[in-house]
Amino acid sequence: MVIPDTTSFMIAGYAVIFGVMLVYLVSLALRFRKLRQDEQTLDELDQDRQR
Amino acid sequence: MSDPKPRWLSILDVVTIIILTAATLLVFLYAPTEQTMGDVQRVFYFHVAASWTGMLGFIVAMAAGIFYLAKKDLFWDVVGLAGVEIGMVFMLIGIVTGSIWAYPAWNTWWTWDPRLTTVTIMELAYAAYLMLRAGIDEPERRARFGAVYALIASLSVPLTFFSIRIWRTIHPVVVAGDTSGTFALSPKMTTVFVFALVTFSLIFVDLLWHRVRLGLLARRVEEKKLRLLD
Repeated sequence: MVIPDTTSFMIAGYAVIFGVMLVYLVSLALRFRKLRQDEQTLDELDQDRQR
Repeated sequence: MSDPKPRWLSILDVVTIIILTAATLLVFLYAPTEQTMGDVQRVFYFHVAASWTGMLGFIVAMAAGIFYLAKKDLFWDVVGLAGVEIGMVFMLIGIVTGSIWAYPAWNTWWTWDPRLTTVTIMELAYAAYLMLRAGIDEPERRARFGAVYALIASLSVPLTFFSIRIWRTIHPVVVAGDTSGTFALSPKMTTVFVFALVTFSLIFVDLLWHRVRLGLLARRVEEKKLRLLD
């Protein structure tokens, strides 16, 4: 029995799996960084106001 | 200032990366090539595991919705949003990889089969959850609406899971009590399949923890902004 060559579909499937997971991880990291910057700015503004 | 990353989360990150690497190696080096479909069948291991993770996210969102309505603690709103977001990401992986697998197996990228239809409805229902939340500014109101909506949307989860058992469908049944219409897995395939399910469950826990921390940080920033505006 000849096994069909479907390797390209397998590669496409795993590219999607790891690609989507990577994009989500990057989005989490970017959102963390932006929120930390926002928090730092807000803390500085709060300190200025208290002075 | 921001909370430092917990030590256990760092350990979980490392363990998750190691287990994901092991699962990937098992898929490509240990699992045998399926005789009728060829290499594309290897997509099956992560396709099912990703879909399982997606459903796990939606179930967590439903549970968080119940806890929020019972306790009125905004922490559960953060958990609910995290569950939906991760659920949507992994369900998207499940849908797209299913389509890629479908082409060589069914000779079509897409068909309005009961499973494919219900999974699309489920994904769109949770996309609407995010849109609903985006339209409400007041945190308590947003959390209440989100919790109720998550409970209603969760009806689509069992509907999707059981769709291939209720209706006639071309989608294979992987986990079933009897062997009729099930997907024939060799012992090696079963080992890789179970390992992939455990791996993706661990990825889910890891991502949920990160996403909840992000949500708590976002809430803290929102509170600080409001305090400054007073």
